[in-house]
Amino acid sequence: MAELTYREAVARGIAQEMARDEDVVFLGEDIAKAGGVFKATVGLLEQFGPLRVRDTPISEQAILGAAMGAAMTGLKPIAEIMFADFIAVCYDYIANEFPKSRYMTNGQVKCPLVVRLGNGGGARFGAQHSQSVENWCMQFPGLKVVAPSSPIDVIGLMAAAVRDPDPVIFIEHKSLYATKGEVPDGEILDTLGTAKILRSGHDCTLIALAMMVPRALAAAEQLQDRHGIDCEVVDVRSLVPLDTRTILGSLARTHRAFTIEENPRVLGWGAEIVSIIADESFYDLDGPPVRITTPHIPLPAADILEDLAIPSVSRIVETVLRSMTS
Amino acid sequence: MALEPGEHAQEPGVVDDIGEVKRLELYRLQALIRAAEQRAYDLFLQNLVKGTSHLSLGQEAIAAGCAAAMQSGDLSFCTYRGHAHTLARGVPVAKVLGELMGRDNGLMRGKGGSMHLTSVEHGVMGSYAIVGAHLPIACGAAWRAQYKKQSDVSVCFFGDGATNIGAFHEALNLAVIWKLPVIFVCENNLYMEYTPIADVTAVPSPAGDRACAYGLPKIVIDGNDADIVYRTMIRAFALARSGGGPSLIECLTYRYSGHSRADPAKYRPAGELELWKQRDPIHLYRQRLLQLGIADSRLLAIDSDVQRIVDEATEACKAARTTSIDVLFTDVYADGGCAWRN
Repeated sequence: MAELTYREAVARGIAQEMARDEDVVFLGEDIAKAGGVFKATVGLLEQFGPLRVRDTPISEQAILGAAMGAAMTGLKPIAEIMFADFIAVCYDYIANEFPKSRYMTNGQVKCPLVVRLGNGGGARFGAQHSQSVENWCMQFPGLKVVAPSSPIDVIGLMAAAVRDPDPVIFIEHKSLYATKGEVPDGEILDTLGTAKILRSGHDCTLIALAMMVPRALAAAEQLQDRHGIDCEVVDVRSLVPLDTRTILGSLARTHRAFTIEENPRVLGWGAEIVSIIADESFYDLDGPPVRITTPHIPLPAADILEDLAIPSVSRIVETVLRSMTS
Repeated sequence: MALEPGEHAQEPGVVDDIGEVKRLELYRLQALIRAAEQRAYDLFLQNLVKGTSHLSLGQEAIAAGCAAAMQSGDLSFCTYRGHAHTLARGVPVAKVLGELMGRDNGLMRGKGGSMHLTSVEHGVMGSYAIVGAHLPIACGAAWRAQYKKQSDVSVCFFGDGATNIGAFHEALNLAVIWKLPVIFVCENNLYMEYTPIADVTAVPSPAGDRACAYGLPKIVIDGNDADIVYRTMIRAFALARSGGGPSLIECLTYRYSGHSRADPAKYRPAGELELWKQRDPIHLYRQRLLQLGIADSRLLAIDSDVQRIVDEATEACKAARTTSIDVLFTDVYADGGCAWRN
C-alpha cells in the first residue's frame, strides 16, 4: 500500500499496461521527454524507450488518426490529447472514425485504443482550456467513456480501458491531479461500466462524476452534520457503459436523485440519467430529480467567476437542502 | 534510393520492362474495374442501387497500377471513391455490387455501403468518406509495421481536394519525421467535387508542389498510364520497405462521370471530356499491348471473361436476399451487440 497522487497514478497505470503487453504504445504532445504538461507521464520514456513512448507534433488529427491505424492493425495505443478542449480539432476521429469503423464494416475492423484527456475546470485557464467535454464523447454509439475520481480508480480503469477491445475515452480531471489516495501494491484491474457507491445514505442520492465526486462527498458530510440529511453518493465513473443498475438501485432506497455535473447544462450526462429515471423509476421518486450543473455559459478565467460557475460544495448543499425541505 | 521528380518525362513508353504476365494483369484489372463500375451505374438507373456512389470511370490505371505493384499483406486505405481500389485488390465483384445493392451477400452486409467498402482479408482497410481522415490512419498502420518490424507498406489513396485539408499536412509531416513505410497516392482528376482544383489551390500541382514542404521529392506522373503508375509504385515500395520512409505521388487523371451520382458535371468546359477520352487508360493500354505483339484475341478473351464475371456477379446479387434485419444491432461494440448500459 502506498499513497499516490492522481497524476502519479496515471503514470503507474500506463506503466502497468506497457510492462504487461509490448503492443501497448503511447503517443502525444510533450508526453515523453517532458513527462507531460501535467507531469502525469513522468518516467515512461525512461522505462519504455522512444519507440513506445513517442512525442508528436501539435497535430491532434495525426495523433488520433495514427492511434486508430495502429489499433486497427494490431497495436493497443494510448493517445493523449493534452487539454480535453482540443478534441474539437480532431473530432472526426471521435465522432466518425473510431466509433463507426466496427459497425460499418460488419465487424471486420477493430479499434482497441485509449484516448486520454486532461479535462475540466478549476485551474483558471479560461474558456478553451477548462471545459468538461464528457458529453462531447458520450453521444456516439461505439465509444466507451470513463472518468475516474481517485488514484486507485485511475489505475484500475486505465488497465480495463487498455485491455478493452473497443475505443475508450479516458477522461482525467486536471484539478484532481494533485489529490492523493491509498493504492495497493501489485496489479490493479477494474471493470468498465461499473459505478461505485462511495457513501451510503437513506434520504437522497447524489450522482457525481470526476471532480464533482469529492465535492459531493464533502457536501454529504455537511448535509449530515448540519442538517441531518443522510445522502448516498454514487460515483458514476463510467458514462458508457452506464451502470444504471447501481444508480436506480440507490434511488429505490433513497427516493430522491441529484445529478452533479461540471458540464454546461444543456444535454449534460445528468439529463440522460434523469430521463432514464423518469422512464424506469418514476414511482420510486418522492420528489423531482434535480440537476446541479455549471450554467449554460463558457467558463471564465478569473477565479472568483470560475468558482461561481462550477458546482461548489456550498451550491450542492444549498440545492439539496432547498429541494429536500420544500 | 530516391525517387526523381518529373519522372513522367523520362518514361520509356513501350519498352517491355514489365513483362507479359504483369501487363496482362494490368489490362485485366483495368477492364474489370471499368466493367464493374459501368454495371454499378446501370444498376443505379434501375434503382437497384440506392444512395450515392462515386465512380472512378477514367481513373482505372491508378488503381490497377498500384494494386499490381502491391504484395500480399500490403494495406490499402481508400476514399469514398473506392470501388476501383477495392476491386483491384481482388475483392469479388459480387461482394462489391452486393454491398451497393444492400444485399446479404454484400461485403459488409449492407452496413457500410458504397462509400465504406472494406475487406480486411484482402488488405483493404477501409474506404473513408470524411476527406483526408485516412491519411493519418494510414500513418498509424505504417507505424505498427515499423514498430513490429513487419514488411508491409500502407498505401493511402486520396483526391486532389484532400490536399487542402489539415489532415493531409499533419499526416505528411508525421510520416516524414517518423520515416514511416507509407505511400500517399493523390489521384488528381482536376476537380474538387464540382470546383476546378486550380481555382481553390495555391499551387499548380496540389500534391506535387506541397512535397517540398515535407522534404519529399516532387513526383507528378501520368495517371492514365498503368505502366508509369506501376513503375513509380514499385520504386516507392522499395523505398518504404528499405526503411527510406514515405512517398507522395500525384497521378494526373480525369473522371468521366460527375463527382457523385447526383452530379451531371455541367461545370466542365466543352470538349474537355472528349479530349481526355482520347487518352482513355484502357484504350491506351490495349494499343500498347498490341504494339508489343500480344494477340488481339487474347485481349478479347480477357474482355469477354471480365464481362462474364460482372454479369454473373450481377445475377448473383439480384438473386441474393436483401440483407438480414438482424444485423441492425450487431457489431456496435466488440461483444457483438449495441448495449451501452445495463
